[in-house]
Amino acid sequence: MSKGYLLASGLGAATVALIAMGTMWPGPSAVAYAGGGALARSSSTPEGAMANLGDELRGQEWAKAYASFANKAEFTEPEFVHDLTGYYPSLLTYTTLDKFDVRPLHASENDAEMELKLHWATVVGGAVSTRDVHLIRNGDHWEPEWPIVKQAAVPPQVIPVNYLRWDVIYRGAGDDWGAQDVDAPHVRIVDMHPIERAEGVVLVGELLNEDVVPAFVSVKGTLISKSQVPIATEGSFDKISHILLPKQVTPFLITFPNVTLSQVGSIRMTPQSTLVAASADPVIEIADEQLHPAPDASLTGQLINQSGQIVNVAHVLGTFYDKSGQVVWVADQYVDQALAPQSPVPFSIHIPQDLAKNVSTQRTVVATYSSGGL
Amino acid sequence: MTSRTLWLVVSATLAAANVASAQSGHLTLPRTVEAASAFSIESSGSGNATLFIVGPGEVLKRDLQLGETASFAPGSLSHAGHYLAVLRSDSFTDSDSFDVVPTGKPANLSFLAKPSRLPVELHNAITGAVYVFDAFHNLIAAPTQVAFELSNPAGTMQQRTVTTRDGAAWTAMDSTAQQGADKFTARIGALSSTRIVAQVPGDPCALKMNVHPDGGKLELTTDPVRDCNGNAIPDGTVVTFTERYGGTQSTVDAPLKRGVAAATMQVHPGATLSVASGVVMGNQIGWAK
Repeated sequence: MSKGYLLASGLGAATVALIAMGTMWPGPSAVAYAGGGALARSSSTPEGAMANLGDELRGQEWAKAYASFANKAEFTEPEFVHDLTGYYPSLLTYTTLDKFDVRPLHASENDAEMELKLHWATVVGGAVSTRDVHLIRNGDHWEPEWPIVKQAAVPPQVIPVNYLRWDVIYRGAGDDWGAQDVDAPHVRIVDMHPIERAEGVVLVGELLNEDVVPAFVSVKGTLISKSQVPIATEGSFDKISHILLPKQVTPFLITFPNVTLSQVGSIRMTPQSTLVAASADPVIEIADEQLHPAPDASLTGQLINQSGQIVNVAHVLGTFYDKSGQVVWVADQYVDQALAPQSPVPFSIHIPQDLAKNVSTQRTVVATYSSGGL
Repeated sequence: MTSRTLWLVVSATLAAANVASAQSGHLTLPRTVEAASAFSIESSGSGNATLFIVGPGEVLKRDLQLGETASFAPGSLSHAGHYLAVLRSDSFTDSDSFDVVPTGKPANLSFLAKPSRLPVELHNAITGAVYVFDAFHNLIAAPTQVAFELSNPAGTMQQRTVTTRDGAAWTAMDSTAQQGADKFTARIGALSSTRIVAQVPGDPCALKMNVHPDGGKLELTTDPVRDCNGNAIPDGTVVTFTERYGGTQSTVDAPLKRGVAAATMQVHPGATLSVASGVVMGNQIGWAK
């Protein structure tokens, strides 16, 4: 009894002592991870210089990172910051660097090439950007040359827009009970298929706004067992373009985790629509869309904002069809850069490798969000 | 005395009346009374009594001398329904019932028209239901002729006459071939109620685009987009332009503005350009230059 008490007391005292020591004399890595400054490594190797740069970016120590560049004469510090966080408010503006990976591509005695993969934590999930960084030896240390991407400046101009929007007036609270109200938009599911995946059953399909007014749409699906008992109900969440203009089609994807297709007897779909005030602008061109086969199957392309309004967040949804025109998959990507007028911004949507061989054609839609307006 | 307390008193009185009503005949009252009209209830006997009249949403109390007639002014009872009259004195309790009926003169129409918006040329797609009420919002159950009229801005009109059953009448009308805000009216004599039914164009028909080179770009423009009845498709409707070239594709979802959709795309020799709106395909153009 007394031995156990002594052991517990000793462990407790040791724990308190270690905590006190760690607080008073923290290690450099602990300081860095607590936001107290970058973890300084030696820049005597290209890997060390890149690791220092990654730490500085993660700590948002822009001035320190800028000072370490060999090519800082080519751009200013604000240009470097804008290159990373966006020239206009976008997903990157409110993001932090979660982690980074460095992969050597080439190295010689006096220069080296490194791939810097930046894993950003955005409000809609992770986003990855990759930069190939050239490094040069300067005496006893290595200095990175930042591959600056300057956004093409849009020349000052006036772009006339025939501004088209819809506003809705609903019936008032004081109206007679028989008084008419405006109907919800008519929407229709034009395609739907269940797919068995490792994570569960996935419903993919397309929804059409067949009305003449804009609609805010969502889709719910209920899996019914063979004994007519509901198994689960799920919604499409953000795997859909929620605002549909008249005659616009959106894909949707609904995931039912931990359900197998063999359990399912039937499926009940519930499309929902609400009248919303909406704008027909901006118009986004989706250019150079290309399907890339496995491995690394993907759909790539560029978004070009044909309007004069800056788009802060663009959500790209790809619908993938087989040879018979049946939807086989729906995937999406949030573009982390803002879309300035007439400035192409690339996107890349990953396609699951096992499904890529079935993909014959695709259709892409873009949902846009602009601050300060519809 | 609050109406709840009064109800309790009346309920207790009614329980006593159920036992005694067969013995007495101190009340003489009309079998039916038109809503809000004057009426009277005669009593017999001598001494003081209290008369209660209890009905849907209304309770009246009157002190009277037995043998006299209690007169009620117009507007005393306006809610249609079954009423109970209870006469209570120190020595007896008597009760009888009567009905307050709607005035018979329609004064309000509740008109439900559906939908508020629909495509042109649909059979029996517009429905209207009318409930007929008198001036005191009593449903008039007696058969009444209701005229339904659906007129469009071009002047064409569909008419139906329907007799109410249990206070309601309903009908179905066709949407016409021409778009516009139609007036859907239900009428009984000079009394009417109107709803607006928007008839909107159907799907685009014979969707056609034209292509004009503009430097290194192509200007794609549709002809004015109309449905198969010649109605202009409303602005904001999305038209999708697609350019396919060498395994690559570019698309633009452009909304109609002033009746046409327009987009700009890069020139790719050998490209195939196509146009669609919703599930409707338009023409295709091969760009060889």
